[in-house]
Amino acid sequence: MKIRYLILALVVLSIASLFIGVSDITPLDIFNLTESQQQVMLVSRIPRLFSIIIAGMSMSIVGLIMQQLSRNKFVSPTTAGTLDAARLGILVSMMVFTAATPLQKMLVSFAFALLGTFLFMKILEKIKFKDAIFIPLIGLMFGNIISSISTFFAYQNDLIQNMASWMQGDFSMIMSGNYELMFISIPILLLAYIYANKFTIAGMGEDFSKNLGLNYRQVVNLGLVISALVTASVVLAVGVIPFLGLIIPNIVTIYQGDHLKRTLLHTALLGAVFVLFCDIIGRVIIYPYEIPISLTVGVIGSGIFIYLLLRRKKYGL
Amino acid sequence: MVDLKNVFKSYNKKKVIDDVSLEIEKGTITSFIGPNGAGKSTLISMISRLIAKDNGAITIDGEDILHTKNNELAKKISILKQSNAINLKLTIRELVSFGRFPYSQGKLTKEDEAKIDEAIDYMELREMQDKYLDELSGGQRQRAHIAMVIAQDTEYILLDEPLNNLDMRHSVQIMKTLRKLVNEMGKTILLVIHDINFASCYSDHIVALKDGKIVKQGRTCDVIDKCVLKEIYDMDIDIKEIDDRRICVYF
Repeated sequence: MKIRYLILALVVLSIASLFIGVSDITPLDIFNLTESQQQVMLVSRIPRLFSIIIAGMSMSIVGLIMQQLSRNKFVSPTTAGTLDAARLGILVSMMVFTAATPLQKMLVSFAFALLGTFLFMKILEKIKFKDAIFIPLIGLMFGNIISSISTFFAYQNDLIQNMASWMQGDFSMIMSGNYELMFISIPILLLAYIYANKFTIAGMGEDFSKNLGLNYRQVVNLGLVISALVTASVVLAVGVIPFLGLIIPNIVTIYQGDHLKRTLLHTALLGAVFVLFCDIIGRVIIYPYEIPISLTVGVIGSGIFIYLLLRRKKYGL
Repeated sequence: MVDLKNVFKSYNKKKVIDDVSLEIEKGTITSFIGPNGAGKSTLISMISRLIAKDNGAITIDGEDILHTKNNELAKKISILKQSNAINLKLTIRELVSFGRFPYSQGKLTKEDEAKIDEAIDYMELREMQDKYLDELSGGQRQRAHIAMVIAQDTEYILLDEPLNNLDMRHSVQIMKTLRKLVNEMGKTILLVIHDINFASCYSDHIVALKDGKIVKQGRTCDVIDKCVLKEIYDMDIDIKEIDDRRICVYF
C-alpha cells in the first residue's frame, strides 16, 4: 500500500465526515454558509473530525510502541490493562476532586494508566511461558480486574452512568471546548517518531540494546510514559476505542515490516482512515441516529483481529 | 587487551564464576570450552557488560568497563548472543544498519552506508539484503547477525555459540570468516563453542572452564591434550594429528 493512497483516503473521508450529519450542509454551501451552518461546522463537525483523526492516529501508534517494547504482537492498550487503568484514574479523580478540571482528570488518569501498564510489564517479565496468545489473555484478565474495581467504586458513589460514558468511545459528544486536551498527543507522537530507531532496537531485547550502547530501561520507560499519556488523553475526550492499537499496527507490519521508521507514518494514517471510516458507518447506518464508535470499531476490529489470529503463521506475526 | 582479575559471580549463592583471571591478546581468536554449566556464557556476558560481575575487575585496553560510557563501549566491543531470539520483521539490510547505531544514533551518514555495504558484501548477503529475517534459513540469519557485528566495527567481537543450529558447511563457513576477520582486519574474537574440534582447528588460544574455574588456558596445542581434556570432560579422548591439526576422537 502506498502512502499516497492512504493520504488520499484520509482526505476523501475527512471531507465526507464534514458533510454527514443531521443538519444539512452540502459541499456546495461551503462558500456561503448561513450562520447556523457555520456554527455547526465550527462547534461540532470540525472538532469531531480533528478528534477522530487524532484518536485514530495516536491509539494506533501507542499500540505499535507497546507491541515493540513488550515484544509481543498482540499487546495493546486494550490487552495490557492500559485503557482500564486510565478509566479507573478518571473515576478516582472524580471521586477525590469533585470539580476536577479536564487537565486534572487527565493527569490522574495518566498516572493510573502508567502504573497499570508498568504493572503489566512487570508481570510479563515474571511469566516464563511467553506464548503470543497467552500474554494478551493475561493482559485482558488484568484489565478486567482493574475494571471491576472501577465498577465497584462507581457503584458505591452513584457514578455508574457517568462512567459508562468512558466505557464507550463516542465522538457524538465532541464539541469545541471539550476535546482540546487531545492535541497534547501531537507533540508526543512527534517524540515517538524521533525515538523510532531506539524503540525498534529495544524491541530486539535488552542484550541486543546493551550491545549497541542503548540505555534499554530508559527507552522502555519513555515508551510506557508516551503510551499512558496518549491513552489517558484519548479516553478522557472520546472514551475507549477497542482493538485499534491491536489491529492497525499488525496490518501495517504485514506489508511494511517492523522497522518503526518505516511503519510509524503508515500506522498513523491507516489508524485515522480506519476510525474515520467506522465513524461514518456509525453515523449513516441508522441515520438520523448514531451508533457509538466503540461499537462499530469493536465489531469490525474484532473480526479483523480474529482473522489475524487465525492467519498469523502465514503473515509471520 | 582484555584483562580479567579475580572475577566472581554467583546466582542464589551458587558460584557460577569462581575467581577467574585471564588476559586475552589482541588479534587472536580465543575459544572458551567446557561442559554445560561451566560458566562460559556468563563469562563472556560479563566481559561485554550484559551481566554485572559481583567482584573483581574487567578492563579493556586498560579501561574499566564499568567506567566507560555505554555508547563508547559499543564502538569497542560487540557481543552476539544466540540469534534466533529476534522475532521482528526486519530486512537483512535494516538489521545490519543497526550495527551503525553507536556511531550515528540512527541517522545514517555516507560513511555508515559504506560500512553497511562492506559488511553485507563481506558476508555475501548482497542478493538477499532486502529479504526479511524470518524468510531466511538458520545459516543465513546467523550470517546476517555477523554482518551486523562487522558493521558495528568493534575491535573486540564476542560470540556466544555462533555455530548453534548450523550444519557443517555453514559452521565451517562462519569459522573461516571469523579467521579472515582476525587475519585481514585485525579483530580480536572471543567465542563460546561446544565442538572442541572447531575450537582446535580455528583458534589461537583456548580457555577451558569447569564449574566456574579455569582448568587450563593457553595456546591451542597446550589445551588440546589428552590429560587436560580428561580433566575437563571426564572422558578419555583420543587425539590424532591430521595435517598439523589436532583432532579429538571422542566417540
